[in-house]
Amino acid sequence: MKPAMTDPGFHSTGLADVQGRLLLIRVVVLIIVGLLVVRLWQLQVRDGDYYRNLSRDNRTRSVVLHPVRGSIYDRNGILLANSVPSFNLYVELGDVPDREALTGKLVELLSLDRSELTKTMNAHVGGAPVRLKKGVSLKEAAIVESYRLDLPGVAIRPEFQRNNPEGAYAAHVLGYVGVASEEQLAHEAFQGLPTGSVIGQYGVERSYEQALQGRAGRKLIEVDALGHEKRVISVDKPHVGNDVYLTIDFRLQKLAEDLLGEEAGAIVALDPQTGAILTLASRPSFDPNALSHGLRAAVWNDILQDKRHPLTNRAIQGQYPPGSTFKIIMAAAALETHTIELTEAVRCGGRFRFGRRTFRDWKRYGHGAVDLHKAMAQSCDVYFYRIGHRLGVDTIAAYAKQFGLGERTGVELPSERTGLIPSSEWKQRTRGEPWYPGETISVSIGQGFVTVTPLQMANVIGMIANNGMAFQPHVVRGVRGRTGEWIEERSPAEALHLTLPARQLEAIQASLAAVVTEGTAQRAESSMVQVAGKTGTAQVVSLRSESEEDTPKQFRDHAWFVAYAPFEHPSIAVAVLLEHMGHGGSSAAPLAKELIEAHVSYGVDDHERPQASLAWPSDTMMQRETRRGG
Amino acid sequence: MVDEPWRRRRGFDRFDWCFCGIILGLLAIGVLTIYSVTAERPGTRMPLYVKQAIWIGVGTLAFLVVSRIDYHKLARWSYLLYGFALLLLVVVLFGGKSSHGAQRWIAVGPLAFQPAEFAKIPILLVLAVYYSTQTRRGWWYRVIVPALITLPGFFLILRQPDLGSSLSFLSIYVTLMLVVGVKSRALGVVMLSALMLFPFVWSELWSSLHEYQKERILSFVDPDYDPEGRGYQGMQSRIAVGSGQLIGKGFHSGTQTRFKFLPEGHTDFIFAVLAEEWGFLGGVLFVSLFLALLLMGLEIAARAKDSLGALLAIGLVGMLTFNMAVNVGMTIGLAPIVGIPLPLLSYGGSATIMTMTALGLLFSVKRERLLSLP
Repeated sequence: MKPAMTDPGFHSTGLADVQGRLLLIRVVVLIIVGLLVVRLWQLQVRDGDYYRNLSRDNRTRSVVLHPVRGSIYDRNGILLANSVPSFNLYVELGDVPDREALTGKLVELLSLDRSELTKTMNAHVGGAPVRLKKGVSLKEAAIVESYRLDLPGVAIRPEFQRNNPEGAYAAHVLGYVGVASEEQLAHEAFQGLPTGSVIGQYGVERSYEQALQGRAGRKLIEVDALGHEKRVISVDKPHVGNDVYLTIDFRLQKLAEDLLGEEAGAIVALDPQTGAILTLASRPSFDPNALSHGLRAAVWNDILQDKRHPLTNRAIQGQYPPGSTFKIIMAAAALETHTIELTEAVRCGGRFRFGRRTFRDWKRYGHGAVDLHKAMAQSCDVYFYRIGHRLGVDTIAAYAKQFGLGERTGVELPSERTGLIPSSEWKQRTRGEPWYPGETISVSIGQGFVTVTPLQMANVIGMIANNGMAFQPHVVRGVRGRTGEWIEERSPAEALHLTLPARQLEAIQASLAAVVTEGTAQRAESSMVQVAGKTGTAQVVSLRSESEEDTPKQFRDHAWFVAYAPFEHPSIAVAVLLEHMGHGGSSAAPLAKELIEAHVSYGVDDHERPQASLAWPSDTMMQRETRRGG
Repeated sequence: MVDEPWRRRRGFDRFDWCFCGIILGLLAIGVLTIYSVTAERPGTRMPLYVKQAIWIGVGTLAFLVVSRIDYHKLARWSYLLYGFALLLLVVVLFGGKSSHGAQRWIAVGPLAFQPAEFAKIPILLVLAVYYSTQTRRGWWYRVIVPALITLPGFFLILRQPDLGSSLSFLSIYVTLMLVVGVKSRALGVVMLSALMLFPFVWSELWSSLHEYQKERILSFVDPDYDPEGRGYQGMQSRIAVGSGQLIGKGFHSGTQTRFKFLPEGHTDFIFAVLAEEWGFLGGVLFVSLFLALLLMGLEIAARAKDSLGALLAIGLVGMLTFNMAVNVGMTIGLAPIVGIPLPLLSYGGSATIMTMTALGLLFSVKRERLLSLP
């Protein structure tokens, strides 16, 4: 240890030397303090407003309050889609100082998938919070709450999740919902919708988006540095969406889908006097719950690549040759143009020669002498070959248009297809070839280029049932507010009108009744109610094998049956299409019968009719009264 | 006030009253600010502001005791004390309690203290003693030898790692060295050589720093580069200070620290809270009080009985100036964020007691002068 006591000689000189420098030290200290004060003045006085704003933004945050989406009910008030509360895990990325650490913590606490988390966070653009997990359990929520400090920016938010209590039933009508994509949000229709909004992506969910959506609210909250809510400053409450009531009778819908079972096909039933669609069944189907809850990419791909195309709504998107059901249009065209008279008979020898080609009847040795009544009942092909040949394709096309074929029916569902009604002009335009008369022969029995959708055919048979008039087919009865008041209610709108005189129309109606009583659709005959209809067998490929069993399934014919009932006072028009199920009479007709019987047993309910009848044009009334009187 | 001749009196004169009043005023500001930040903090059995009041009580005791002791007696023990301090610094490296990735604490029963803080008093004594006996003997003895004395302590503290404390420790040496160690021409040479040596020392120094320390220094270079990442604390601190504006948001109304945007509001960033809640006026009041304390310390140096007393006072003023300037500087974006507590305000037992002890030493210098008058 060095000596600490000092020599006094050193003291005096040292002290003077040291004290001589004190002024310098004072100056240095004053300069330092002066610098600090100047800087404080800069920050607090000169730029104070700027920093005050920053501190305000720092602690306040605007949170979107998503509205509760409206529910969807069937015509009798059966709940088909609603929103149920669920807890979702969110993260505000702006509050996360270290994503790696947060990911690690979440993986550790909630056993989430690390790569998926990273992907979700990295894929995110924009400022809205990112949803990391849907449907967090109460236990998981408790874990997140207790580790708040380790999970900056993470919050559990109660939200509503779309729920379809009936599962896959009516899936194509209802559709599903999903978070709006960037492109959708950029679209005009979704202007002002906050990021992360759930919107309808398919079905009524999509077409009635505006009604169901409601209005999002906002909440201004004060947060701490971890992004956790401290205090609510102001709330703009969200507005609940409105409820949509369908025209669908869920009992029939369910029955129709069960009748289709595992087979691919579609059943459409509508009320011909209003256009209200009672049943719009398409199989195979999908579970909208699974889609609405957000699918992982792999599952989504499976659905998209399913060869049976479960997402296709066959009732409005399936385009099939109408087969013999097209003979209804042929009959109307022939009678009105007097191409053939009601009583005029044609000899059917099982074949029709045209040039070098021979068109065969489905019955090998023919039906003998047939008039319209018999030709319809027995579905004689040769009779229609003949009148088709006389009519020509353009007249046929004009009448098909009268029945609304080749055009969308305008039902409120997205992606409806038109089907195709060929004409000489069409062929020239699309193929650059003239129409060959031989092709008209195929068209006469609903083959060749002709395609229709099941909904169009239901509409066609509905027009016959309703004496030549069709109302706009629709699946939505109206929109109601939360308090039950009707905000929007559909009244039947006349869409199509046949020019066919009543007498000839009645003849066609009678012949359709005969199809069931004595013709090809005797399996549709019911003891409960008189049914009128028409079978059809749509050829998939022109190869025709002797026995159905020998043909591979994908080459077998499609089975059609269109019908209405009760014959005297029709309240239901049905179109049944079964893919690759062979003859309409054997496979499709029984299904229609069951549906019709169920409908009749439920009793006719007519939400729309009282108002509707007032709105009807008087001549239609007259026509209706006349027919019923007779 | 300071120019008035000190009257020979028992007990306190006006200078003493001012001196103690300023110290108590600063301590009170500290306790109030700690209360403002931590009042709502749940969990601890005893609120932090109460704890701080207890530390102040202990510190006051130390102040009174040390101010009664003749600093020459303490100086006699200075090397021994410094040796003991170095020993404790070695102990803390191996057996210390760690928190936040650094080992800084030695636990004694239920209490823990930071040897790095207490090592500052021995080094102050040692350097004051050294310079008071080694004046005018060439630059080797005036610059290098005291540096060799200081560096063991400096590196031991840096190793914990505690960049702030080690720099604060070093500031005592630098102050004394610049004031008495070098002639003005030599000063230029030293400055120049320090700058030239810097690149060589830098990589060694840099790699010995922890990741977060590197980031703090880097964020000083470009604070706006990434507000969420490295510059976060600096940015939030400046927002806190700036948003206080002229008159502040009011006591207990600062949002930046209460909502934890700015961490360490009761320790390293206590000035940000003060400036946020009391505004420019509060900030200037604090700085003025502190300035008065520093000038009074220099006044004591000017009137010290001998060079030992003067050097003690200057060394202490140098350290206090450095700590205050760096702390406030980092809060307002003038200095890198190095984690130096604000003397007399920041929460912390070791630092408070150390500062009070050092001020006691300063008071002892003043008292000696008084007593030695004929």
